[in-house]
Amino acid sequence: MLEIKNLHAHVEGNEILRGIDLTVKPGEVHAIMGPNGSGKSTLSYVLAGKEDYEITEGSISYNGEDMLELGADERAAAGMFLAFQYPIEIPGVATMTFLKTALNAQRRSRGLEDLPTPEFMKLVKEKSKDLNVSPEMLRRPLNVGFSGGEKKRAEILQMALLEPTLCVLDETDSGLDIDALRIVSEGVNKLRDPSRGMIVITHYQRLLDHIVPDFVHVLSKGKIVKSGGKELALELEANGYADYVGEEAA
Amino acid sequence: MNAEVRVQETQAEASLIEQFAGLAKDQGGVSAETREKAFAEFKEAGLPHRRVEEWHYTDLRAKMRQAFAPAANAGEAVALPELLDDGATARIAIVDGYYRADLSSGVLPEGVTISPIAEGASLFPAKDAIISLNAAFQQEGVSIEVAEGVEVATAIEISHITTGAEKATYPRNRFVVGNGANVLIVERFLGEAGAVYQTNAATEIRVGDEASATFIKLQDESRKAQHLDSVALKIGAHADVNHFTLNAGSDLSRTQLFVEFEGEESNLGARGISVLGDTQHSDVTLFVDHAVPNCESRELYKSVIADKARSVFQGKIIVRPDAQKTDGQMMVQSLLLSEEAEMNAKPELEIFADDVQCAHGSTTGEIDEDLLFYLRARGIPEAEARKMLVLAFLAEAIEEIENERVVALLETQLRALLGSEE
Ligand SMILES: Nc1ncnc2c1ncn2[C@@H]1O[C@H](COP(=O)(O)OP(=O)(O)OP(=O)(O)O)[C@@H](O)[C@H]1O
Ligand SMILES: [Mg+2]
Repeated sequence: MLEIKNLHAHVEGNEILRGIDLTVKPGEVHAIMGPNGSGKSTLSYVLAGKEDYEITEGSISYNGEDMLELGADERAAAGMFLAFQYPIEIPGVATMTFLKTALNAQRRSRGLEDLPTPEFMKLVKEKSKDLNVSPEMLRRPLNVGFSGGEKKRAEILQMALLEPTLCVLDETDSGLDIDALRIVSEGVNKLRDPSRGMIVITHYQRLLDHIVPDFVHVLSKGKIVKSGGKELALELEANGYADYVGEEAA
Repeated sequence: MNAEVRVQETQAEASLIEQFAGLAKDQGGVSAETREKAFAEFKEAGLPHRRVEEWHYTDLRAKMRQAFAPAANAGEAVALPELLDDGATARIAIVDGYYRADLSSGVLPEGVTISPIAEGASLFPAKDAIISLNAAFQQEGVSIEVAEGVEVATAIEISHITTGAEKATYPRNRFVVGNGANVLIVERFLGEAGAVYQTNAATEIRVGDEASATFIKLQDESRKAQHLDSVALKIGAHADVNHFTLNAGSDLSRTQLFVEFEGEESNLGARGISVLGDTQHSDVTLFVDHAVPNCESRELYKSVIADKARSVFQGKIIVRPDAQKTDGQMMVQSLLLSEEAEMNAKPELEIFADDVQCAHGSTTGEIDEDLLFYLRARGIPEAEARKMLVLAFLAEAIEEIENERVVALLETQLRALLGSEE
């Protein structure tokens, strides 16, 4: 279970997160919506352990462990996964090498043996077929030359392989065509499980038509200003954020 | 010569003079006269120092505090390294500067001859003190000749091994690749871990018309050794040549490569990687002479520098007035892994023809924190993630070599060097 309490985060002297409280229990899907620049990606980075942020107040605990004490790789080993809003291209790192290194690193941290290569290959083949990731893409360096949509599918492939217990999806729907949106959503729904929590950051109801959330939160200026059920997303789609974020935001 | 007053002899210079006086000069197939002449040239110049332009960043005079006596013979106890390539490989062992036929092995196809080097006209284009020094003290190297049209499927690995410590070796080799021939020659320089010694090697290479040749140099000397290596490479017409240098060992190393295109329509790929730490100092100095039209050269040198190490790259592409349609691209890239690591990059173009395509560039950076975060966010521990990024940075210099066998060989070397798993 994830518990975020009164979380404040600064970057370069600016306070971006200003007291976030959020609890995600196993099996729950939480959607986070909010205007551009409200701090959604910042929250996801802070959760994943990016070091550019200064946490001035508050706490993040996951399954009873203090996440703020852990490095990004240790948080991943603890079961956290962030699907990036903008996945990074890494020339010179072969996609398959990367996937294998990541999977085995996590297995080792849990006291498991490395997955033998044939089994690993089989696993990748199976999962990539589900997500319509072509063998040709897997032969390229990590994310290099992938289209926006391909990058997002590759993120979900990584998630499916690593089987995290907390999935944070940052605008995974942006850049996806209609078919890809369905494929990716099916991939995500396949991972929905009573033992797995999810935070889905999005601007659009259409993703939430596929991945139906249990809770919807509105983030504005670094704070959760409204929480509700899935119907809140429909209301936002109809009326915009004006009711919740004050007059400054459009 | 200007009227500069000669500085006082250093201790190393004095030792060299003394060692030369006592040298048996009729060995190694070289006449005493040649040796005397070469030594006179060295004496005239002295050890190169930072006011000699080509040696500005590597002040040998200051760094070479003492000169060890040249090894008088090949050491007996030799630990031969495993061959690099699991494919068919012939080994030539050169121990303490002397060819050891008894330790050499593997069968070479007809058309390849290996013999102790005999005297021949120098292929080096310019006078240089350390080349002169090698000529004066040269021991018994080999001459490898590949006859016209012979495709050598067997890789040839020359293992230069220094046994023990406190000695100097002066190997000198010659490779002649006949017209239309095809060959892969790997040279390795090795010594006992932690041993203090000096290597001053020189290699003269001639590649014939329509030949295809790849030369790999792996410098993995003792971390306390000083390594100097000069290579002259003459390329005929319609030839395809690759030269690759991996610098990993030595406290001080200098690799100087002098290339000249002598025939049209040829290609050169000159690439290299230096992986440095502690207080290592490694210098790669490259001179590519586009003396004839229609040739293409690609120069790519990458350094990864940790601790207080320093990497030097000097490269000059010169395009002669006749050398129209020259295509030369030189790039130097370095990754600094610590605040105190240092890179000196000096890529230069000197162009005297008007219809050419030439470019050069240099970048120096650090590991990209965003890339590091991405890898770590997938559970890859920081140390391993850093290694992956270093390997990724270096991989490009290897991947551009269009020879799968060589790429595989170098990637294995690099992974071992970085202690990386994949
Ligand atoms: N490194 C940084 N330096 C300065 N400001 C930053 C930095 N990173 C983020 N910010 C600022 O923090 C605010 C929140 O950014 P964030 O990326 O979290 O927004 P978001 O809610 O994800 O927006 P979007 O919907 O456009 O993706 C923005 O105003 C942004 O400019
Ligand atoms: Mg965002």
